[in-house]
Amino acid sequence: MSNNLRINKNNFIDHTVRISFKFNGKKLFGYKGDTLASALLANNIHLVGRSFKYHRPRGIMTCGSEEPNAIVQVGNDPALTDPNVRATEIELYEGLEAFSQNCWPSVNFDIGGINNLLSPLLPAGFYYKTFMWPASFWEKYEFFIRHSAGLGKSPTKPDQDLYDHQYVHCDVLVIGGGISGILSAKLSAEKGLNTMLIDDKNYLGGSTIYQDDDIFRIDNETSNVWLKNQIEELKKKPNLTIKNRTSVAAFHGYNYLLARENLTDHLSGNERKEKIRQRLLKIRAKKVVIATGAIERPLIFSNNDRPGIILSSSIKKYIDYYGVKTGESISLFTNNDSAYETAISLNKSGVKVKVIIDIRENSNSILSQKIEKTGIKILRGYTITNTDGYKRINSIEVMKLSKDGGSVVGNKITYKCDCLGISGGWTPMVHLFTQSGGKLKFRNNDNVFIPDENKTPSEQISVGSSNGDFELDDVINNTVKNIKIFLGLDKNNYENLDIKCSKEKQKRNIWLLPSNKPISKTKPFLDFQNDSTAKDVKLALREGFKSIEHVKRYTTTGMGTDQGKLSNMHALGIIADTTGTNMGELGTTTFRPPYTPLTFGAIVGRNVGEFFDHTRRTAIHDWHVENKAEFENVGQWKRPWYFPKNGETMYQAVQRESKAARESAGILDASTLGKIDIQGEDASEFLNRVYTNAWSKLSIGKCRYGLMLNEDGMVYDDGVTTRLGENHYIMTTTTGGAANVLSKLEDYLQTEWPELNVYLTTVTDQYSTMSICGPNSKKIIKKIIPSLDLSDESFPHMSFKNSKIDNVNCRIMRISFTGEHSYEINVQSNYAKDVWERCIEAGKEFNITPYGTETMHLLRAEKGFIITGQDTDGTLTPSDLQMDWIIGKKKYDFIGKRSLYRSDTIREDRKQLVGLLTDDPKEVLEEGAQLVESLEKPIDMLGHVTSSYFSPNLNKSIALAIVRSGKKLKGKKLIVPMENKNINVTITDTVFYDKENKRLNA
Amino acid sequence: MFIINCPYCGERDQTEFSCGGEAHIERPKQPTELSDDQWAEYLFMRKNIKGIQFERWNHIHGCRKWFNVVRDTSNDKIHAVYKMGERPPVK
Repeated sequence: MSNNLRINKNNFIDHTVRISFKFNGKKLFGYKGDTLASALLANNIHLVGRSFKYHRPRGIMTCGSEEPNAIVQVGNDPALTDPNVRATEIELYEGLEAFSQNCWPSVNFDIGGINNLLSPLLPAGFYYKTFMWPASFWEKYEFFIRHSAGLGKSPTKPDQDLYDHQYVHCDVLVIGGGISGILSAKLSAEKGLNTMLIDDKNYLGGSTIYQDDDIFRIDNETSNVWLKNQIEELKKKPNLTIKNRTSVAAFHGYNYLLARENLTDHLSGNERKEKIRQRLLKIRAKKVVIATGAIERPLIFSNNDRPGIILSSSIKKYIDYYGVKTGESISLFTNNDSAYETAISLNKSGVKVKVIIDIRENSNSILSQKIEKTGIKILRGYTITNTDGYKRINSIEVMKLSKDGGSVVGNKITYKCDCLGISGGWTPMVHLFTQSGGKLKFRNNDNVFIPDENKTPSEQISVGSSNGDFELDDVINNTVKNIKIFLGLDKNNYENLDIKCSKEKQKRNIWLLPSNKPISKTKPFLDFQNDSTAKDVKLALREGFKSIEHVKRYTTTGMGTDQGKLSNMHALGIIADTTGTNMGELGTTTFRPPYTPLTFGAIVGRNVGEFFDHTRRTAIHDWHVENKAEFENVGQWKRPWYFPKNGETMYQAVQRESKAARESAGILDASTLGKIDIQGEDASEFLNRVYTNAWSKLSIGKCRYGLMLNEDGMVYDDGVTTRLGENHYIMTTTTGGAANVLSKLEDYLQTEWPELNVYLTTVTDQYSTMSICGPNSKKIIKKIIPSLDLSDESFPHMSFKNSKIDNVNCRIMRISFTGEHSYEINVQSNYAKDVWERCIEAGKEFNITPYGTETMHLLRAEKGFIITGQDTDGTLTPSDLQMDWIIGKKKYDFIGKRSLYRSDTIREDRKQLVGLLTDDPKEVLEEGAQLVESLEKPIDMLGHVTSSYFSPNLNKSIALAIVRSGKKLKGKKLIVPMENKNINVTITDTVFYDKENKRLNA
Repeated sequence: MFIINCPYCGERDQTEFSCGGEAHIERPKQPTELSDDQWAEYLFMRKNIKGIQFERWNHIHGCRKWFNVVRDTSNDKIHAVYKMGERPPVK
């Protein structure tokens, strides 16, 4: 292990704990406190990946969440591997394995690198332009394009990790643990407010915590020492919660924020076991302080993407915090004073700073004076025009800038170096502010978008460099002043601190630095992750794209996993320069959550597997399981689908069940049907208004089928309602419609008809329902309840009786969804399984056959009964369903009545429900199949099949369909064109079986 | 994600509520006497305002009561909450 890039000088890295890890299979070492990036750099590894489009070698460029290049695949377990993780954010742990992405066969030799040579042929919009024609070739292109798309590899097996959600409520949420965040949290906690401080790192203090130069002093201490003491005091506050390794992903309205807390990603495999990996915090804060800081900008010049080119402030962090030299011979390139701070740190650590190239003509701040004393060479008014070195930078070409900065003059000078630090100024992290709805304003003198304090949507404030304060004294003084007002504080200890720092005096900014070559011969990268260059942006503008949002999408600038944290400002600047627009008028692209990518695991939390959705089981469910039912999901319900015997297929089971139900007796668990208890003196009037038919004259003890419409006249739900007493009804709804019907009825009662005295209560779960049908059903009921008078006179079809089974009250309805003589027993659910078993026992001698939803569907289709939601789809009126008989024409009004004679609903060529018989009675149609009259093109689609079965009782195939003008087409021959054949069908009546309803009383 | 002050339960998270669209659209008392156009006006026509909008909300995962909300759709600020049948507060 080459450790000559390590310097021992700080207490952030624990040099006593050596950690071994693997990168691309090679075993390496780092120390506790390292990130994967710092450990790789200490091992002199800069090349970590290949770029997305051109497969150019790319290295570590930053030290934080803005990293565009160093994104790696962590782990190779098919369930746990994690793609697109930023090496700069992975804390090193024993056994860590990481791999380069987007390269094959290896990061050192990547076949895709050929794209780099072809790059003149791959401009912005290349794929859009090239794969347009011929259209029929798309299927051939698609395979290859899909293969080259995407970066990392998704896990192929289910995630075994645990994730959690937690609700958090606090008075003040402070986002960011840098100096302004620490001060804000301290002031808030000292005021006694319940405060939470969030930072995405594993330590607090931001960049000040390793700023030990004596230029920066607070109250006679260096700024790092002062801040460290503040943090120690802060940690003692009882009303403060600190969340490290936590990143705020989203800032929604009303101060609702989502943050992801990493709990185990920094631990080794063994330490992770049984622990929650990540927790999604759902935070509701009364006030929010955004102290998210700023990130350094790169500079845009040709070949600015080589491994070894690193943001200047990151070089400083690697040396000051991690004790890692990013090179032995470092040059710096800047347009501001930040690079001088880096030079001071490097100089102190004994790293040679070859040259500082500053595009400004002069600079006379305290920082630059200090650098001058060290003798480091500074080239003022110069720029870099090109760099060299394929897998690592090895030299730079430097030329003098013209006065206006638009071109270069003189001769080029070449400097050798193995690392180049670049600094293009700072961009405040305003993402969260704008996500919350805040508007930005543009500050011209240093080209930054900062929060507009007059356009802040909620109780929030931005402080520190995220608010555009970049000098230490401004950061502290403005934070203290603004927080004092924001939190309504009295005097505090931070108002008159003695602060010393350097102040930047000269500024110069050139978004796209000039070169001695024409732009077409250069490669000035803007978005490193998506490989878009300044050339692409200019091309987009030439091709007529004007809006920043369009340019972004056309060039994909800012659309990588880093969301353009480094690239967006330069893209805007280049557009503004090229089009002669002011950047403030141009605006920014929209900042959308999440700030950094979230795992799906964190998003779903515990709501996976059986917890993904509720499962509703009937009280008789266990019996169905014991009797080998296959289940069907109906909404959240598990309903028996069919009961296969002795290895029957579904078809065989359903044929047997259907025959048994008609020949002797069948029993169905109908408990899932919605049941609404309706009471109140206006209950009858209420039913009159919600159903299409008349209800006032229904006598007590009688049942009636009702159809419910939407106000637009379309069938919404149906079911049987029974009058239990003078002012008491029980309504049944479809299984899937139960909740919506209740809500809809409540809506009308509360808002349109508050004068009606009616109460609705859902009793779906309280009562269980079993339906016994078939010619022997009467005998079975008689065996169970011998005292009950089952004569047709006393207990006719569509009537109801209260009864008892032993001491258990039950309601028995004589209603039928199969067309057979049938009874429905309703009992309190906790007795349901027992009653069901009695029915089975009593029915044994009659071969009582349990059947499921499939047989139920078949039996009702034989009778032409509709299933709302299967035969209807919200576009059919009762008349379309040939159910005109159910419309109470004399009724003054009911929901949807007026819509039944709108010009559109009375059209005769509407789609209407019909029956279908196939010419070949053995041929069963597919549900959803289209119906046509002729096969001559263009083919006119007349309708489609909604229900289709082979009827064992009729020994032929039957189907229901909706067909244009279907009512008039009885007897007409149509064709069902299928993939391999055309099926001939004839339109019939919708009722196939027992048209005279004789069996109801059989 | 807003916080809605249910007039029956107090402040609750938006996830407990469902929005029922524009408020104060009264169902005609005598629909049969309306022309197709008048009925269509009631049935289909809804405003979609950028700014102050009167809306119906239902505390569907709470007390299940319907009530009215005055919301600024441009910034989601809720200016008033009042019960069904009550007059809208003057702006």
